[in-house]
Amino acid sequence: MYSGASNFVEGVDKAFMLIMGISIFFLIGITTVMIIFLFKYSRKKNKKPSTNDGSIKLEIIWTAIPLVLVMLMFYYGWVGYAPMRKVPDDAMLVKVTGKMWQWIFEYENGKTSPDLVIPLNKPVRLDLYSPDVNHSLFIPAFRVKEDVVPGYDNYLWFTPYYIGDYEILCAEYCGLMHSYMTAKAKVVSQEEFDVWLADFTPIEKESEHPGLLIINANACTACHSLDGTRLVGSSFKDLWGAKKIVLVKDNEKEITVDEQYIKKSIYDPDAEVVQGFNKGLMRSYTGVISEEDANKIVEYLKTLKK
Amino acid sequence: MSGLTQEHAQPSYLDQQGKYKGLLGWIFSTDHKRIALLYLYTIVVFFLVAVVFGLLMRIELFFPGQDIMSPQTYNAMFTVHGVIMIFIIVIPGLSAVFGNFFLPILIGAKDVAFPRLNLLSWWIFLFGAILAVLSQFAGSGAPDTGWTFYVPYSAESDSNVVIALTAAFVLGFSSILTGLNFIVTIHRMRAPGMTWFRMPLFPWSLYATAWIQVLATPIVGITLLMVIAERTLHIGFFDPALGGDPILFQHLFWIYSHPAVYVMILPAMGVVTEIFPTFSQKPVFGYTAIAISSLAIAGVGYFVWGHHMFTSGMSYSARWFFSFLTFIVAVPSAIKVFNWLSTMYKGSIDLKPPLLYAISFIFLFMIGGLTGLVLGSLATNVQVHDTAFVVAHFHYIIFGGMGFGFFAGMHYWFPKMYGRMYNIKLANIAWGILFTGFNFLYFPQFVIGMQGMPRRYFDYLPQFQVGHFISSIGAFILVTGIILMIYNLIRSAHKGEVAPANPWRGSTLEWQISSPPPLENFDEIPVITGKPYQYNTDDLGNE
Repeated sequence: MYSGASNFVEGVDKAFMLIMGISIFFLIGITTVMIIFLFKYSRKKNKKPSTNDGSIKLEIIWTAIPLVLVMLMFYYGWVGYAPMRKVPDDAMLVKVTGKMWQWIFEYENGKTSPDLVIPLNKPVRLDLYSPDVNHSLFIPAFRVKEDVVPGYDNYLWFTPYYIGDYEILCAEYCGLMHSYMTAKAKVVSQEEFDVWLADFTPIEKESEHPGLLIINANACTACHSLDGTRLVGSSFKDLWGAKKIVLVKDNEKEITVDEQYIKKSIYDPDAEVVQGFNKGLMRSYTGVISEEDANKIVEYLKTLKK
Repeated sequence: MSGLTQEHAQPSYLDQQGKYKGLLGWIFSTDHKRIALLYLYTIVVFFLVAVVFGLLMRIELFFPGQDIMSPQTYNAMFTVHGVIMIFIIVIPGLSAVFGNFFLPILIGAKDVAFPRLNLLSWWIFLFGAILAVLSQFAGSGAPDTGWTFYVPYSAESDSNVVIALTAAFVLGFSSILTGLNFIVTIHRMRAPGMTWFRMPLFPWSLYATAWIQVLATPIVGITLLMVIAERTLHIGFFDPALGGDPILFQHLFWIYSHPAVYVMILPAMGVVTEIFPTFSQKPVFGYTAIAISSLAIAGVGYFVWGHHMFTSGMSYSARWFFSFLTFIVAVPSAIKVFNWLSTMYKGSIDLKPPLLYAISFIFLFMIGGLTGLVLGSLATNVQVHDTAFVVAHFHYIIFGGMGFGFFAGMHYWFPKMYGRMYNIKLANIAWGILFTGFNFLYFPQFVIGMQGMPRRYFDYLPQFQVGHFISSIGAFILVTGIILMIYNLIRSAHKGEVAPANPWRGSTLEWQISSPPPLENFDEIPVITGKPYQYNTDDLGNE
């Protein structure tokens, strides 16, 4: 397992050790006794079974001892957990949006990032928001997990102890691409973090198409590949000018993918869905992607045609 | 053999001719034994379907990336696997099959209290089961919400959720009616002299189970109806987009579905409690403690549902309080294990297949129960909640517990049910393969779960490859064992050696009537004069 990547690892792993230790002791003990009995009291060796049918003393003993042990386990679990709910006042705030099927991390200065970049040894508070269905933010190395529930102000916090990259996973089933809803927690030095936080230039190179920048900023590629791979939605490759059968209120209709169709798909995605794909998976981008940006996307799609 | 085979006035229930002949004589029979077999055959068919789904998932997970199916198919696969396994097999399983068959016999009755209601329960069950399978094929695609139907996803998913919800709703009625029938049967139909504390322990466990079925099932029924209303009429109960509360759904769902785990496991505990004394030829140790602990599990089991929701955003005080109660409910299970163990102490143990299954039940149930402590503890729950660790844990409890309990019961009562004996050597071999495959399949999932492998993942990170690979190999071994076991039983039902009335030297009432039992079980209702599990062992030395 991991060694102390966050302030919670010690408490959680102590509880693990205690519970697993006691469990393994009883598992091996009881199993061994059971096997010994099978041999020692086999019918071949013992033709005169005892008629003893109970003992109040023993019942009390094996009620009391497990009771004490489980209370001990409860206590360790509680002690390891309680600090997870008490966020220090000086924690750095990051707003996390989990939506089908990507994570977005937004910092107090307005910077957003697909990965969680955080400074070493500084407490971080993650406020968790979902615009669609339940998700769960899980960073195994830090021993933290909290569900991201629409309408709920859930949070979690931790202090990272080592520089490095750690997996962020979605732990609550959220539909088709659930297992691909991942990101990285990048723990960096304070200096490196300050530079990163102040840098607002897009990660993409200048030479990239303005349409692609908009596509990336809205994570369209989570469902629409650029290389022809079939994901949840049609691939953008060779889409422009293609003839497709779409379903309009359950009636089939042949259309050519043109500017009008692409814009309709951005602003009213369920109106005309290409046959073989599902309705209801894409939300409308009205008010998110401007008319001007939609034009850039159209221009970019033209470049993806052979 | 000490069996007191009686000559009965009536033909056996298998040969009996009623109003109808052939298949109709079965599907319209109100005989509790025939209804039990109807359930058994229905359950076996659906079990095999769900096993195939499980195997296909394990094949997909052999290697990372897409292998044999798309993510949409995979998501539908684990949903329908869960719905069939939970609602059609493990919740009704033991009560409907062995409860129906042996409850009346064990308490010295001719049938359950309401035989026609009993038949209606099976018809409802069949209807619900067909709906569940239909949801896989009909309409807009197989449901992809997981068997837990968490809102908002289940309110928004385009797939066939309404049919799957209706199926679960309908199956719930079958469960409630069976529970009601058993409660009345146990209260009103016990033979003269059979006081509560002279009743065998399998009926005790059925009694505790029946109360959960009657009291808890309506809650999930209403909850599922609310989701249907949400989807069709857009009434905002749970979906925040409509002004509802998604956590409320989780509360309502688990208020039923946690006690439902005890509906699954309590009868299995009851079955092995019958087996240990018989194969040790020694009275059960701590009769009262075992009976009371069943009731305690059923009672406290109502108040621990919140441990499924430690990371959901529930209040902090609810989190620690549910954790506390969860640890309390572990104690009665521990009491049972110690009593089973003590029943074998200084017994005269005959290691036949039923006992083999019963002791592996203890082993697997212990692993399931002890890992349940890891899940019940707050600090460790945060790490393993919603990971493969949970998947391993509940398969150890449900398959290792309920499943092996069912197999134990099947091998224990088979000669009574069919009047024929199975091939014991083959049964032992099948057990060995099954037990090995089981541990290969599920144990690695504990390890990868602790390392952070989430559940319901179509694809996974390369560090989990080894665990998944071993697990998938285990699935093939397990399925081989299941096929061999079923082959042995089916073959023996037709061609096995004719079994005596009491092949295992059992002392409870079912062993004192012929195999298979006559239509109304007893020519004369027996009068009970003492405690159960008293063995005459004078002739053990002569065997």
